[in-house]
Amino acid sequence: MVSLSDYLILSSVIFCIGLVGIFVNRTNIITLLMCVELILAAVNTNFIAFSHFLGNEAGQIFVFFILTVAAAEVAIGLAILTLLFRTRGSINVDVTSSLKG
Amino acid sequence: MGSEQIIFYILSFWLVASSLAMIFSRNTAKAALFLVLAFFSAAGIWILLEAEFLAITLILVYVGAVMVLFLFIIKMLNVDKSTVRAKFAVYLPIGLVVAAIIIAEMALVLGPSQFGLDVVAAPQRHSADYSNITELALQLYTVYVYPFELAAILLLIAIIAAITLVHRKETNRKKQSISDQVSVKAKDRVRVVSIASNAKGGE
Repeated sequence: MVSLSDYLILSSVIFCIGLVGIFVNRTNIITLLMCVELILAAVNTNFIAFSHFLGNEAGQIFVFFILTVAAAEVAIGLAILTLLFRTRGSINVDVTSSLKG
Repeated sequence: MGSEQIIFYILSFWLVASSLAMIFSRNTAKAALFLVLAFFSAAGIWILLEAEFLAITLILVYVGAVMVLFLFIIKMLNVDKSTVRAKFAVYLPIGLVVAAIIIAEMALVLGPSQFGLDVVAAPQRHSADYSNITELALQLYTVYVYPFELAAILLLIAIIAAITLVHRKETNRKKQSISDQVSVKAKDRVRVVSIASNAKGGE
């Protein structure tokens, strides 16, 4: 049988992979957004594992709302990205530092 | 080792491998495709946890809509590969150190001594006629009905925001100006001219 700690450790590993992805892909906004998606998937796995092992559906409801918010986030994030590309001609993070003093 | 464990380890292997391939992939489009594989594996793990509705939602919404949107944007913006990976090696050691510390701490906290099978027993599997969607819907439309409506409003706001952000002011489009049409006077449009009539008439 697979225990709860297996699922939790798996999701923490996925979380850390997403974190390393944010560290190493600092210049590419699209990959940054995809790493955030990976982190959210890890968090959702945590919620579902606890929901399954504690016999409570509330965790799955929360995952439902997290999916909703993540979809909205991606839509707005990619819209901002398109706007950025239109005005700067690049999606490199370093280009967007014009507010830096 | 039971079949459940074998399936779990296969899915976990593909989830971790495709996540690693995603973050180390040089091509952004390939990274998006690896993320699709990671989502499929995650959906399999969710089905193993008896969350069938959310697993199918993950595939339909994430793979079907969100990742297609990602691929669409990647292809549309034509990301330059050479500039993207400039600082790759600089931050890799820091990231690996942070990740190793977090994984070690998590393994200590979440290890089998705290959340093992003898501490949190595996629940009884549901019978074949159990409906995960029915259970979720009963909760969603009674206890969580206001958050559900808030989620709908959030999606509406997201649609409006996305359209407002990327919408361009039209430059060469012909359209009606209703106020000009209504306020027009007859003398602006019709000019009555008196033509000298031909007295002789007829030809």
